[in-house]
Parts: sequence; structure tokens; C-alpha cells
Amino acid sequence: MSELKGIYALWYREMKVFLRERSRVISSIINPLLWLLIIGGGLGSAVSFGGINYQTFIYPGILLQTALFSSIFFGVYIVWDKKIDFMKEVLVAPMRRTSLFVGKIFGGSTDTLLQILILFLIGFVFINIGLMPGLNLNVLSVAISLIFLLVTTIGLVSIGLIIGSQMESPEGFQLIISFLIFPMFFLSGALFPISNLPAWLAPFIFVNPVSYAVDGVRGALLGFSQFNITLDFGVICLFSIVMILIGTYAFKKMKI
Amino acid sequence: MAIIEIKELTKKFNKLAAVDALNLQIKEGEIFGLLGPNGAGKTTTLLMLTTLIQSTSGTATINNYDIHTQPHNVRKSIGIVFQDPSSDEILTGYENLKLHGWLYDMPDIIREKRIKEVLDLVDLTNRQNDRVKKYSGGMRRRLELARGLMHHPKVLFLDEPTLGLDPQTRGTIWEYIQKLAREKNITIIITTHYMDEADKLCDRLAIIDQGKIVILGSPKKLKKNLGGDIVRLKSTKLNISKLKKLSYVKKISSCNDEICLTIENANKHLQELLNFVGKVDSVEIHSPTLDDVFLHYTGRKIRESAPEGSWADKAMHANIQGGTKR
Ligand SMILES: Nc1ncnc2c1ncn2[C@@H]1O[C@H](COP(=O)(O)OP(=O)(O)OP(=O)(O)O)[C@@H](O)[C@H]1O
Ligand SMILES: [Mg+2]
Repeated sequence: MSELKGIYALWYREMKVFLRERSRVISSIINPLLWLLIIGGGLGSAVSFGGINYQTFIYPGILLQTALFSSIFFGVYIVWDKKIDFMKEVLVAPMRRTSLFVGKIFGGSTDTLLQILILFLIGFVFINIGLMPGLNLNVLSVAISLIFLLVTTIGLVSIGLIIGSQMESPEGFQLIISFLIFPMFFLSGALFPISNLPAWLAPFIFVNPVSYAVDGVRGALLGFSQFNITLDFGVICLFSIVMILIGTYAFKKMKI
Repeated sequence: MAIIEIKELTKKFNKLAAVDALNLQIKEGEIFGLLGPNGAGKTTTLLMLTTLIQSTSGTATINNYDIHTQPHNVRKSIGIVFQDPSSDEILTGYENLKLHGWLYDMPDIIREKRIKEVLDLVDLTNRQNDRVKKYSGGMRRRLELARGLMHHPKVLFLDEPTLGLDPQTRGTIWEYIQKLAREKNITIIITTHYMDEADKLCDRLAIIDQGKIVILGSPKKLKKNLGGDIVRLKSTKLNISKLKKLSYVKKISSCNDEICLTIENANKHLQELLNFVGKVDSVEIHSPTLDDVFLHYTGRKIRESAPEGSWADKAMHANIQGGTKR
């Protein structure tokens, strides 16, 4: 009971902070819009894969991009918490470290999912104004995508929290995650299909969990996937479980 | 049985022993003061006792729970007001308090009642819905205090609770702290640099310096132990080593650009002393206060150290090397 209340308290705080930081909400809308319109529109005039409109093709990739950036970046807040000493207030409370981790995961995942829901709304609007032909947003496809996105988000938030729990400065955190999120994004098949890749590139894509998430969501929304969707789901579940385990451990070892 | 039992508690930062084999027992319901110059190790001690940092060696029990092996139970027994602000600036004052109530699993009705009570205590009721970002420094401090006083733990640690507060607020805080100790039997460990605060509040206190306890006792007893009156002299040509030879001079220390002598029966010896010293710029006698006690045991006045190489500095040195006459 008390642990649940603590988790709720942390989640409540993350929500308040998220909703009060307008700039974060706004950039979470602007950024994917720019990708869809400029990269999607611009490159789309020249390329298409498997007969799919390019803008449509990268839409699932942009959903994952939002999940990736927002989730991992969420870990910076734990560095801030340490810096402003709010972490002391939390760590001295009679709450288990695991609950702290869970509360943070809930907070970070909700932030990310809210942004993803906005992206789905943008998707609906685009479809209705005739952009992104072939994008199939219905209850089932959205539900399956959301499950994929949620599981992936949990794993990605964990990565951010793991790094954040071990770092002391926000600048250091940002440096480290930029080495992580850009390769994870570009080597995921978010922007191009992963068949016929140069041999040196393929292994990077196959070990990247985001590739499987992109593939699963693309399968659900476009009916176009390159792996088996069960494999996709299995891989991201495994990824998230491992990250949660490492995260729980990292939080136990975290120092103020 | 003591509610806090500290055994050989030590914390080293690299080579520096911030807390050096501390031994101490604190009784239930007591208001206990930890005094000491900046960097003496007060905060480090509190952080170890509240399980936030690991000790290098030694241990302590709080409410019979060991800080190393049962940290979770220790945390259930304690509350703390940190020296540095630790509330969330983006939340309002009220939200910070509500969060605290949740983290400590307070029942809703009691939580809301206490929030009202402590907001009123620190006079923040009409600012409770403002974000903490908009608070003044003193208001933030009051919010921290309010939060710490909210959940009535068995043991409450207060690290310089009234730092930067106006006199009215300090007065009401003191009353509340005393009430918590007397009526709720809450044990309170307080660090402070305000000697009047320590004198008024503490049942017992320890002065620590460089991680070690130098003296322990009730404020009354410590003042009495000085064994004499304090004479403050200001003079340009004082001969410290000769002064030290006088039988009734018990202790010499520097305070600002003056020199403080602890004199046995000052009324009787004053004339003799003045004759001995010769021309003085000013002189002042008073019976010992906690300030004098502090000065006596730490060899410098709180938060003020003389510029290097001044005669006051040398006086201090002479005193340390020569030891005190007893
Ligand atoms: N994280 C740290 N790393 C290295 N040294 C530290 C650390 N924290 C404290 N110290 C050192 O330990 C000593 C004791 O510090 P502490 O904060 O306990 O002093 P304090 O008695 O609370 O002083 P103040 O009255 O200034 O608050 C100091 O010399 C300080 O420099
Ligand atoms: Mg301190």
C-alpha cells in the first residue's frame, strides 16, 4: 500500500512537471512534424519503397523516434533531481528503491505516450487531408502499435534512468545519450527498409531493439514488415525486461 | 535504552576524516544539539544517520534499527530537514507538502490537517498555491521546515533549520519544536550556528570539531564548566605568553580583533589584570554564554576566522600549543 502511494506520488510529480513545461510539449509536436513534412515530403518526391509513399513509410519510424528521444532523455530529470537535492527528499523517505524506479518508469512512459498520442492525432489529420496514403489507422492497428510502443518505451526509459542514475551532470548525460540515440535511430530502419543492406551495416541493425519495434509498428500500420511480428514482439519484450532488471540494480547502487 | 546509539561512526572523504570515530547516545524525547565550526562534520553525520551516505566504518542504531543492515526501518523512523533546499521548484508549496505526505504514507485526513497546521506555522498559507520558483529564499527555507515537521517521525533531524529566517519565524519554530519534543516525545537532533537557539532549545549538546566530539553536556553545565567570567580586551600590545603565566587566567582565545580571557573570579582580579596589561583600548566583562563555550572549545569564533598572520591568529596558535591551564 505505502509503496503504491509512493509510486503514485512520483508519477503525479512527473505529470505536473511535464504539463507545466510547455516547451517540452511543444517541441514534442514540432519535431516529428518537421521530420514528416521535410524529410518525408522532400525525400518522398524522389524515393519510395515497395510502392509505399515515403512519408507513409517513415511515419512508424517517426513514432519510434519520438519514443526513443523522449524516453531516453527523460533520464536527465534524475540527474536534475540529484542536483537540486530533491533526490535526497525521495531517498530518505521510507520507500524502496525499486518503487522509485517504477515510479520514474511510469512517469517517463506516460510523458512519452502522451507525445505519441499527439502524433497519432497528427496522423489522422494527415490522412484526412490526403497526405500519407496507405497509412491504416484503425482501432486494431493503433492498439497493436501502442502495445509495441509502450513496451519499447519502458525499455528505453529504463536506459535513460540507468544512465541518469550514474551521472552527476546534465551535460555529461546529454553527451552520453547523443552517442546512443542517434545510432539507435539511424540504424533502426526508421528511414529505410532493412533488406539488401551492405553487409557491414546489417549487424548493427539486427542488434538494435528499435529495429524490431519499428518493424512491428510498420507491420501493424502499413501491413509491411520484414521480420515476423511475433519475433518483433519477443525481442522488444526481452529488451525491456533486461533493461528493467539492470535499472533496478542501478537504482539500488545509486548514490546521491 | 537510547533511541540513537552511535558507535565509532567514521566517514572519510579520501584521506580527510569528516567524521572521526564518533560515539554518542541520545535519549528518547531529547532535543540534542550538534554544534561546530563550518566543516566540522555535522551534516556528514546526519547524512550517515539518515542512511543517505554510507559510513566508512562504525555504525549506529536508530529506534533499535541498524543504519547499515536495516536502512528501510531506519527511514520509517525518521524525518529530516536538509541544510540545502530540496523541494521541487516547479511544484507549488502545497504540492510539495502533499507529495511528502504521500511518500510517508500519511492517511489523507491527517495529511491535510497537518499541511494546514505547518503552513500556518511558517506563515505560508496564502502563498501555498504559488510555485516554489516564485518564493523568496526565506520562504523556501520555511517550506522545507514545514515539510520536515509534517509527518511526526520518532526521530527528527534538523540541519540548520532556522538559517536565514526572520526573528519572529524563528521564535514560532522554536516553540513548535519544543512542543513536538514535549508533547509527542519526538527526539530532535538539531545543528545550528546560532548559539542562542542552541541555548534555548537543547537539553544537551555536543560541540564537534574536525569530526570529533570536543565536549558534551547541557548548555547550563557547559557554561558553568568554563569556570569563570569572560573578559574581552582590546589592546595593541598584548603579551600573550606572559598573560598565560597568570594563575587566574584560565584560557586565552581570539575573538575578532580582540582577545578573550577566561578569568577566575573576574571581579576580584580585574584591577590586577589591567595593571598587568597596561593600556587597553576597551574592556568588557560578562558571565559565560554559549558563544564563549563554543569559542573556548573550538578556539575560534563561529563563522569568523581572523585573517591569516594577524596577531589574533598567533594568539590562537599560542593557545593551542600551550594548551589550557587547569
Ligand atoms: N561529498 C563530499 N566530498 C568530499 N568532501 C566532503 C563531502 N561532503 C563533505 N565533505 C567534507 O567533509 C567535512 C565535513 O563537512 P560537513 O558538511 O559535514 O560539515 P558541517 O559541519 O555540516 O559544516 P557547515 O557548518 O558548514 O554546514 C568538510 O571538510 C567537507 O569539505
Ligand atoms: Mg552542514
